[in-house]
Amino acid sequence: MADLSNDLAGIRSPNPFWLASAPPTNSGYQVMRAFAAGWGGAVWKTLALEPIVNVTSRFGGYDIGTYRMAGMNNIELITDRPLEDNLREIAECKAAYPDRAIVVSLMTECTRESWHELIRRCQTVPVDGFELNFGCPHGMSERGQGAAVGQDPELIEMVTRWAKEASSVPVIVKLTPNVTDIRYAARAAAKGGADAISMINTINSVIGVDLDTWLPIPHVDGLSSHGGYCGPAVKPIALNMVASCARDAAVRIPISGIGGVSTWRDAVEFLLMGATNVQVCTSVMHHGFGIVTDMIEGLTNYLDARGLGSASELIGKTVPRIVDWNDLNLDYKIVARIDPDTCIRCNKCYIACEDAAHQCIDRPEDPRLAPVVDEEHCVGCNLCKMVCPVENCIDMVRVDAGNTAHTWRERLSVPS
Amino acid sequence: MAFPSASLGPPIAKRLSPLEVRIEANRCLQCHDAPCIRACPTGIDVPRFIGRIASGDLLGSARAIMDANPVGASCARVCPTSQLCEGACVYNADQTPIRIGDLQRYATDWAIDENVVLFAPGPPSGMRVAVVGGGPAGLAAARELARLGHAVTIFERDEVAGGLDTYGIVPFRLPAEIALWEVEQVRALGVEIRTGVAIGETLPAAALLADYQAVVLACGMGSVPRLGIPGEDAAGIWDALEFIRRAKMGGDVGRLGETVAIIGGGNTAIDAATCSKRLGVPSVTMYYRRGASRMTAYDFEIEFAQLEGVEFRTRTLPTRFIVEHGRVSGLELVDTAEDDSARPLPGSERIVPVDTVVLAIGQTRHTALLDAFGVVHQHGVAAVDAGLRTSNPRVWAAGDCMFSPGGVDAMVVEAAQRGKDAAYAIDAALRGEDR
Repeated sequence: MADLSNDLAGIRSPNPFWLASAPPTNSGYQVMRAFAAGWGGAVWKTLALEPIVNVTSRFGGYDIGTYRMAGMNNIELITDRPLEDNLREIAECKAAYPDRAIVVSLMTECTRESWHELIRRCQTVPVDGFELNFGCPHGMSERGQGAAVGQDPELIEMVTRWAKEASSVPVIVKLTPNVTDIRYAARAAAKGGADAISMINTINSVIGVDLDTWLPIPHVDGLSSHGGYCGPAVKPIALNMVASCARDAAVRIPISGIGGVSTWRDAVEFLLMGATNVQVCTSVMHHGFGIVTDMIEGLTNYLDARGLGSASELIGKTVPRIVDWNDLNLDYKIVARIDPDTCIRCNKCYIACEDAAHQCIDRPEDPRLAPVVDEEHCVGCNLCKMVCPVENCIDMVRVDAGNTAHTWRERLSVPS
Repeated sequence: MAFPSASLGPPIAKRLSPLEVRIEANRCLQCHDAPCIRACPTGIDVPRFIGRIASGDLLGSARAIMDANPVGASCARVCPTSQLCEGACVYNADQTPIRIGDLQRYATDWAIDENVVLFAPGPPSGMRVAVVGGGPAGLAAARELARLGHAVTIFERDEVAGGLDTYGIVPFRLPAEIALWEVEQVRALGVEIRTGVAIGETLPAAALLADYQAVVLACGMGSVPRLGIPGEDAAGIWDALEFIRRAKMGGDVGRLGETVAIIGGGNTAIDAATCSKRLGVPSVTMYYRRGASRMTAYDFEIEFAQLEGVEFRTRTLPTRFIVEHGRVSGLELVDTAEDDSARPLPGSERIVPVDTVVLAIGQTRHTALLDAFGVVHQHGVAAVDAGLRTSNPRVWAAGDCMFSPGGVDAMVVEAAQRGKDAAYAIDAALRGEDR
């Protein structure tokens, strides 16, 4: 059976599934339940020297069809419980589950003294690492904290350095996606001495507007504020950001992947894209801590089926496959082929190609017959396969000879 | 309108819960040129009405349904959907077709509950059209003619319009209120509905031909014919349509007794049988002269009747009513041949005791009415051209009065489409004459 044990910059855990710093890690009661369920680690909900005050309501869900919470956003802030209460519970959890990773998320005002003081107090209990919350996009950013730090590489580097000065355990810097190019933030963290980065924190968002009242969702007594967007719908954004940092020569520190991880499959993708482990929040908020059982079992079965001895063998395997567009092979050509035997005649492929692609799927006059691809004009865009409700009914088949490769970069540099 | 009608127990169709609706509406693939549309005789744009439910636009959904089918609320209850839209759903590949009929009922129920008026009359054409019969075909014709701007009068022999939908289908399948809402939708377009007027009896056909530029014959069919066997005039022997009508409208059907025999194998026979059960009759048996496979009732109707406790005796032919004190007390039956020819097998005669008999062996034709309009017909079935025009160039025909006997097209939804078709043909003819 494959080994799932995990080591992120020296922070060890029995599996790569951590709970992200968020509502599910708000208390010792919850973290105890999570560890009992099997979670490998937990990043405690962000601590500060003084508790803040939260509002109601706090969350908004983005539903697509019958799928609830494809995305969600929140305007809840960091912990609203006293620091001493949190530290006592951290010690209890660590005592009960010494093999699990407890990382403490931190946020405080942007002074060296304040960061040193917070870390000093947190180190009075056994913690495995700190995660600097430079990511929360709402509320605290208006007080010069959270994403306000994460959006300024100089501040990231400076605060990371302060934290490293005081910390005796590894320091992870949590990055905000609310920047133009997240690599600058990641490089600054590395330069400041961070042992690892975690990404992505939540994305600036307004989840929706109530059509009856015209009030934003969620609202607090009729008013709202932008919140942090997360959940399955943000995964593609997170995957790109993880990969862009994983392949950046100036970053070169481990990555804890966050953003829409709901199943073991998502975790495999993050690992392949360069993450060392993953952190989960929204899926737990949707289904409870029990999902980790299926994540552990699914990942193990996947690794075993592929003959891999450990989950760490997945890390970064797809990263070299992410390149600049200029390095893509212009000679590569695939076309769609529709299997008439499994086709159910919904004609989704036809209308998608006709109205939104390249008008190269034809419908026979007899509606009982399957649509047919005009392979000569098909550009291999994948759209038909994407809209087809039947798995494997539409195949993308390679039709170029496969023996030439010709990129845009070459075309620019080598005149024909 | 306050209208007496009985429910006779819980409805067959359960109303979908909001959760069921959300799941089912979102499950629809939104096929392009969807086969369900092609399978609907009225061409309801099924993906469109379902998509509108999913997006929360129930008004738009109801309008999409009723636009194509003026009796779409009734059809959501009586259509054999497994043979029509749902039978064509692409999900049949996995035996999980979308519950189109249930969703159609949900959307039209919303429109009924909200009491919305869905359509508006067209700009007045100055032309007048008479519609004889206010059933599904007549209502459909009238509604489309009104939307095209014509002044329409429906002549209905009964107390209220709606035809078989109002009177002839058991209330637990189709409550009268549903059909009457559809009638009100037509009336709201300015269509005049003159009830209690029997053309050819209380008003001559000639009066219509004199006063209107065109006439739609949508008179349906008549009563159940006689079996033609001894004892048929005894008390306790019912015409199935009259029986269902009386029960549905809350009227008195008298003493039915312990044992009711239904003669026939169609959907009306089923309705008479289930109606009898719901009126409290312990033993209800359907007698059909050919084999089960020849019964014209839908499979789901037969299954429903079985669930209600109705028993079936096929290849069984009644030959004589036993009459005591002027009332039927028994039924002489004979087995028929295995070849489904309904040929009696001598020596198999026996007598079963019955308290009531309901005949559901088809319907007579309004031959005299067709003659009065000078319409060529075959045994009461109006002959029409492709545009539903009869031999009288100012008379069109739609619905049961032009459907051939025994055909598969004698459905409410087919009648509605013929009504629409007649309306479009009349509109084209009238506007052509103007030029």
